Amino acid sequence: MSPKPLDYESLNENVKKVAYAVRGELYLRASELQKEGKKIIFTNVGNPHALGQKPLTFPRQVVALCQAPFLLDDPNVGLLFPADVIARAKHYLSLTSGGLGAYSDSRGLPGIRKEIAEFIERRDGYPSDPELIYLTDGASKGVMQILNTIIRNEKDGILVPVPQYPLYSAAISLYGGSLVPYYLDEEANWGLDINHTRQSVAEARLKGITVRAMVIINPGNPTGQCLSEANLREVLKFCYQENLVLLADEVYQQNIYQDERPFISARKILADIGLPISKEVQLVSFHTVSKGYWGECGQRGGYFEMTNLPAKSVDEIYKVASVSLSPNVPGQIFLGLMVNPPKPGDISYLKFVAESKAILESLRKRAHIMTDGFNSCRNVVCNFTEGAMYSFPQIRLPPKAIETAQRAGKAPDVFYCLKLLEATGISTVPGSGFGQKEGVFHLRTTILPSEEDMPSIMSSFKKFNDEFMEQYEDYRGYSRM
Amino acid sequence: MALPSDRSICPLRREEYILSPHFVSYSAFWVFALRRFATGRAKDSLLVSELSSRCPPPSLTVADSAAMEPAARVVTVESINPKVLQCEYAVRGEIVIHAQILYCNIGNPQSLGQHPITFFREVLALCDHPSLLDKTGIHALFSADAIARAQQILDVIPGKATGAYSHSQGIKGLRDAIAAGISYRDGFPANPDDIFLTDGASPAVHMMMQLLIRSEKDGILCPIPQYPLYSASIALHGGSLVPYYLDESTGWGLEIAELKKQLDVARSKGVTVRALVVINPGNPTGQVLAEENQKQIVDFCKNEGLVLLADEVYQENIYVDDKKFNSFKKIARSMGYGDEDLPLVSFQSVSKGYYGECGKRGGYMEVTGFSAEVREQIYKLASVNLCSNISGQILASLVMNPPKIGDESYESFNVEKQGILSSLARRAKALQDAFNSLEGVTCNKTEGAMYLFPRLHLPNKAIQAAKAVNAAPDAFYARRLLDATGIVVVPGSGFGQAS
Repeated sequence: MSPKPLDYESLNENVKKVAYAVRGELYLRASELQKEGKKIIFTNVGNPHALGQKPLTFPRQVVALCQAPFLLDDPNVGLLFPADVIARAKHYLSLTSGGLGAYSDSRGLPGIRKEIAEFIERRDGYPSDPELIYLTDGASKGVMQILNTIIRNEKDGILVPVPQYPLYSAAISLYGGSLVPYYLDEEANWGLDINHTRQSVAEARLKGITVRAMVIINPGNPTGQCLSEANLREVLKFCYQENLVLLADEVYQQNIYQDERPFISARKILADIGLPISKEVQLVSFHTVSKGYWGECGQRGGYFEMTNLPAKSVDEIYKVASVSLSPNVPGQIFLGLMVNPPKPGDISYLKFVAESKAILESLRKRAHIMTDGFNSCRNVVCNFTEGAMYSFPQIRLPPKAIETAQRAGKAPDVFYCLKLLEATGISTVPGSGFGQKEGVFHLRTTILPSEEDMPSIMSSFKKFNDEFMEQYEDYRGYSRM
Repeated sequence: MALPSDRSICPLRREEYILSPHFVSYSAFWVFALRRFATGRAKDSLLVSELSSRCPPPSLTVADSAAMEPAARVVTVESINPKVLQCEYAVRGEIVIHAQILYCNIGNPQSLGQHPITFFREVLALCDHPSLLDKTGIHALFSADAIARAQQILDVIPGKATGAYSHSQGIKGLRDAIAAGISYRDGFPANPDDIFLTDGASPAVHMMMQLLIRSEKDGILCPIPQYPLYSASIALHGGSLVPYYLDESTGWGLEIAELKKQLDVARSKGVTVRALVVINPGNPTGQVLAEENQKQIVDFCKNEGLVLLADEVYQENIYVDDKKFNSFKKIARSMGYGDEDLPLVSFQSVSKGYYGECGKRGGYMEVTGFSAEVREQIYKLASVNLCSNISGQILASLVMNPPKIGDESYESFNVEKQGILSSLARRAKALQDAFNSLEGVTCNKTEGAMYLFPRLHLPNKAIQAAKAVNAAPDAFYARRLLDATGIVVVPGSGFGQAS
């Protein structure tokens, strides 16, 4: 009997190769335990609203009005919505071609792309072309589209930082390419050493791989480090020398928790470097409404901006975008609002600023609380979360723990994280999901649990960890667990 | 400084990528479309000269500049994924770029003045801004049952957080509601865990193609004419489109003999045919399959070991009294086939019907008849994108569970719904009659969906004139139509047709 098309054996192998730990084994186990009634603290994904962060008021008001434009005709609308919200809703509706329910241009509404271009110009000091900005249902779709355009076969390699956000490894598997890792330096605060990168490229080439692109995640995920200007310059020059397209994942650009290295976009540095590099290096930059202080993950709003791509390539990318018809229109409006928030003098300005500041200040505090909390634990070392939304402590597992894990058929960090989950309900993602140096283990948690919950979460973690370490460091006992 | 070597500019002309066997009938159109697709900027012709004039920047050493050969850039059209080049999507292809006028190229009702359903928008607005629910004065602006429904929906969303990523298959409570809606529609139960909510039906189609296509040796049977998402998706995933021709002379009928014939032809060429796509009601053809026909199709898939991919997004667009929509799941179950007997994927969307909410990107696929291991893989694929947009998920649950008789909003809802549907039916008839009254044009009855697909009996001189400008005859006609009247249509070659 011949295998059926959708029998497991006859599935596309590339699909089977895909791994995405963020919603993998630990998450699935956590969901099971939750169904059984255990209280779970989900820190596996950067999902702020799921952990109590409230949406910003202004954008929600605007989009609600755009959803129900008949409200605008009602004389009572001013009682429920401030005037600037009403004006902004009318503005965005006027940019659509039939309201929220009509497909927009496949690249996104021209008016919103223009607002984004203006934002980029204000941010970087260099003009940006709205025609080269494409909106997508979340930044992930944009990343996948670009990687699919670049990867022709398994000989095409993509340089990816290790540790990395596993969207990259998943997409590379799915499209049948090769992941070429470059290791970030944990001892140097997860710094990017261009020599390591150069070495990775050389090794890949020896294996017959054509390295085509370099991914940087700035601020980093899961590592949080913010690249310095010097670093960015090195990276861009490196891409020029090695003929790589730079994919700059900048979705955490609003999440910066130290003042020494503010966010600088790859595009700005590229322009700063000047000719000829500034006109030669191909660059695609990604941003989203899911992170920052907005945290509007559920809206699926994102964009990518292309720099120095030839017109014909842009056309091909447009063509593929058109097959999905258009990104969701409410998500596009969120993007417009994000790049064009209320200004001083607007009715909603003060409230907007207060809400935003509160979120950012709280995130900064929590970044410290978590880092310090982890560093107070036995055999745990944690770099400071300079940016993004995660903490990525190194767990120095004793040999006995590693052996026990291996006997149980689990990667050591998976073993640790499962035990942590069962003991405390804290659902993390094992470091192996992001990649790490051989024999070095981590876990990723978000810094998103509320400030009130943080102390109890950290003490719960410390209790579990210190007991775990005691158990596996002394050579007497069997596992009680 | 060396000029870019020949390796860096691919020697193949673009046409050579395109004229692969499964595009043979449509080669003229594709070549035409590609040549004209590019916008006016044409920077590539300057590529060679830009590179040859590049000089080393002063800040780098001699060693650096020696290392910096002007190799061709990575993302040039010659060096990108060839499957991207092969993929075509006529609905937004060449004709559309130049036109700014009356868009009849795409099923986008609200861009042409159709109003959204008030009840749905009330609920969505309240879910977008739940603090409204705490305000006094809310009852002046929103109907009571919209408020109640919004509250009900928010109660099934963890933390009432509509801005949070949900479960990768979509919010459980909403899937429960959709499953209930499917059961109510079909009279057979539906399992919420079989449902994957997606950003429109299109991403769900892509997911299935990804799963099914391993190489160009894997074929997917598609109706000709077809909605070009299928051909585009198959090309993008590197598979082969196996065409089966609908019969224009019998109202675009689907003959099993034709299916069998094409299946055998494909197999004789070494193609492993994996699935059968059926679009019911049809796009662009509008035909609604008869129950008997559907049963034959189900048996065909069962006997030949094919996955049935049932695109049912136009299930609420039926304009004739003698036909009704039956989901393939209902047909299969009524034939006595259980879940394990037939792998079947049903696609639905919020973009069509009477709701026409294209811009929301809401839809789902209901996946039945697959092993747990395969479902894990589907889940895994869905999880890489985390989840579909929440507002679209909510809308899908509303579409599958609209107001019922007795609900406060039912009367006004029903007036809106019937108004839209009867208007669509009238317009279908009016356009059909109008086309049939034109010289050289015949048009089948549009039983459903949102399109007319009239046949142009083009005179020889017209066909010659088209050839002279390297245009497909129907594209030539469509272009002249556009220039003369501002009406944008899609040439039939974009959907495939018999030669």
